[in-house]
Amino acid sequence: MPALPYPIARLIDAALVGELSVIGPDGSPITYPMVPLLWGDRIFLTSSVLDSVKVAHIEANPRVSFSITDMDAIGTFTGRVTIQCDARVSREDLSSGWERLLDNWRRKDKATVALLKSRAAFPLIFERVLIELTPRRTWFWPDGRTDKVPEVSVAAEVAR
Amino acid sequence: MSPRLALPMLRRHSGAGPDEMPAGGEPAVEGSVAGRTETDAAPVRAQGTDASDGEAFALKSLGRARVSFNPDVRRTHATPAQAPAPERAEAASTPEPSAKPAATSPGHGLAILAGYKRAVLSWIEEDGYPMNVDVEIEVRPAEGAIRFTGPAGFQVPPGAMVALTGSHVRVLQSGGFDQRRHVTIWGAAATRPRGRFAVSPERVWVWDELAMPLPAAYERSLPQARRFFEALSDERGEPVRPRVSTAMLLVRATRAPFLSATFVPVLLGLAVAARVGLLDAVTAAITLAAAVSIHLGLNVANDVFDTLQGADDANKTPTRFSGGSRVLQQALVTIRQMSLLAAGCYGLAAVLGIVLLFLRGSVELVALGLVGLFISLAYTAPPMRLAYRGLGEVAAAIGFGPVMLLGTYVVQSRGVLSSEAALLSAPVALLVAMILYVNEVPDRAGDAEAGKRTLPVRWSRRAVIRGYDLSVAAAFAVVVGGVAAGLLPIPTLLILLAVPLARRVHVGLARFYDSPFLLMDAMAMNIRLHMTAGSLLLAGYLLTIGAQSYLNLRLFLW
Repeated sequence: MPALPYPIARLIDAALVGELSVIGPDGSPITYPMVPLLWGDRIFLTSSVLDSVKVAHIEANPRVSFSITDMDAIGTFTGRVTIQCDARVSREDLSSGWERLLDNWRRKDKATVALLKSRAAFPLIFERVLIELTPRRTWFWPDGRTDKVPEVSVAAEVAR
Repeated sequence: MSPRLALPMLRRHSGAGPDEMPAGGEPAVEGSVAGRTETDAAPVRAQGTDASDGEAFALKSLGRARVSFNPDVRRTHATPAQAPAPERAEAASTPEPSAKPAATSPGHGLAILAGYKRAVLSWIEEDGYPMNVDVEIEVRPAEGAIRFTGPAGFQVPPGAMVALTGSHVRVLQSGGFDQRRHVTIWGAAATRPRGRFAVSPERVWVWDELAMPLPAAYERSLPQARRFFEALSDERGEPVRPRVSTAMLLVRATRAPFLSATFVPVLLGLAVAARVGLLDAVTAAITLAAAVSIHLGLNVANDVFDTLQGADDANKTPTRFSGGSRVLQQALVTIRQMSLLAAGCYGLAAVLGIVLLFLRGSVELVALGLVGLFISLAYTAPPMRLAYRGLGEVAAAIGFGPVMLLGTYVVQSRGVLSSEAALLSAPVALLVAMILYVNEVPDRAGDAEAGKRTLPVRWSRRAVIRGYDLSVAAAFAVVVGGVAAGLLPIPTLLILLAVPLARRVHVGLARFYDSPFLLMDAMAMNIRLHMTAGSLLLAGYLLTIGAQSYLNLRLFLW
């Protein structure tokens, strides 16, 4: 797993929400707002089985792109980033596989706390697929101005 | 407390630098994630910057030309601009809210996207990867198009199918966010002069969490989740189900919290028996256990038959009090497991019934038991399907009124019937029927779709509310009349203390008749009315028994 450049990792860690673009069955892009969660060097997204269509798209074609574009939702930081990734879907343990990300998720989405209390009433919200993103390339705009040419980073193995 | 994070700084460059550079070699620095407390800090692991580890990112220029420059770009696409009100939107109609992004008309999509200054542009690159980049957009509803400048450093393939997504969250001062909504418009990117593009919407979807409460969104997504579990089960060759504790699952599947509807008539039947000195603890306990078993069996069988007949699947607005237990809809159990559970409950009730017949058998008890069993099964099961014929309330009233209360009494009396017990069962029957009746109000659309012609499906709003008022008034009037006739003890008039609760249910029903989730408070109050009225009647009987036993007072008018 390539380590992300620190400013990008920091941005992902701060961002409350980002956008995941996948390839739909007709070959056109589909973009889903999602909460990015860092675990060590790795970027994770989680998707409830209630919204498993996106998971099916990823399993059919794991090439995805993830971006952080909402400048209001990155706290005191600035910057925008787009990350081209290979995605891997993990659904071995839907009930608790995602729980290691819970602290991070709770920090970003406070509604999670209230929802967790209602887990017995809405159990399927917490049956979740993990989506792990392995970055290949990043495009980074340190000041967030995407009308400027971005800084481009390429994973070493891709560059080779 | 999380440790401070050792964070490397990578040297970077942009644009027209050398094709490839090694990863930055500056020393790591210590720091914490700005803007977060240490306990909040996420597990961002310190990253090695040594290029020799082969894991770091290399910096590379794509060497693409800068295609635009706009110094005025300051706002994010998530400017908290509200989507236009539906009446201002161009669409002919606002689509029905959906748990998932719902398709809508291009005009409506454009009207919503016009509330955003920026959007995420996505397209498919030549290497087969999707690409998404923030761009400033200009929505021209009159032209039926969105215009934007191609992002610097990228080449959007002319004529390619692109998507433009406007996404919004409201960032909360306390941390986190809410008010999620987004809109995506697909169309071919037509080139315009000076690096500009125009997209005419071909397809649109919208999502707004404010448009639909969580329970409704949850319900509408259940079929997708069920398909997921079915596919996963097929793949693994074994059933895969959501994980819920067995105890919680049993409580939910049997709808055990509704057992108050059983406790009230059974305890009142025992109270009437105790007043005439007939109480036997062992048979009382067996009676209660049998009544509980048959009630739980009824609840589970009701879910099975409602699911088989499509009523529970058709219900998109279930609440805590209506729409069944939803354990089948959520794939928590199989229909076979539920059928076995229902059979188990009925089996236990049958065994306990046989024990009661052995201990206190009488023709009256057999008759009441058979009526109860018939009502319990015929409530939703074919061919009778009483609930589907507008007879559900009557069935519930008979089952949870005379059958349970009088049945409990005849166990104690060894088959002697009582006009007092029969009369006392009337208010209990009316109030329990009203629980069902009010709980059917939010279900009426789904019930109608499934052919379940309950009274709220058949009747107008006005008739339903009037029916409620009359039934509840009758429940109180029966007690007053019973006391006046000397058939019920005077302290049972305590039930009148529950009248204000009935008034509150009426107000809630009238106000939120068409709002399933807002009606929940009235439904809860209605259940409380039944419990409170039952408890007050019971308290009246305890006072009567106490006065008889210790003061030798007979608290009857005549």
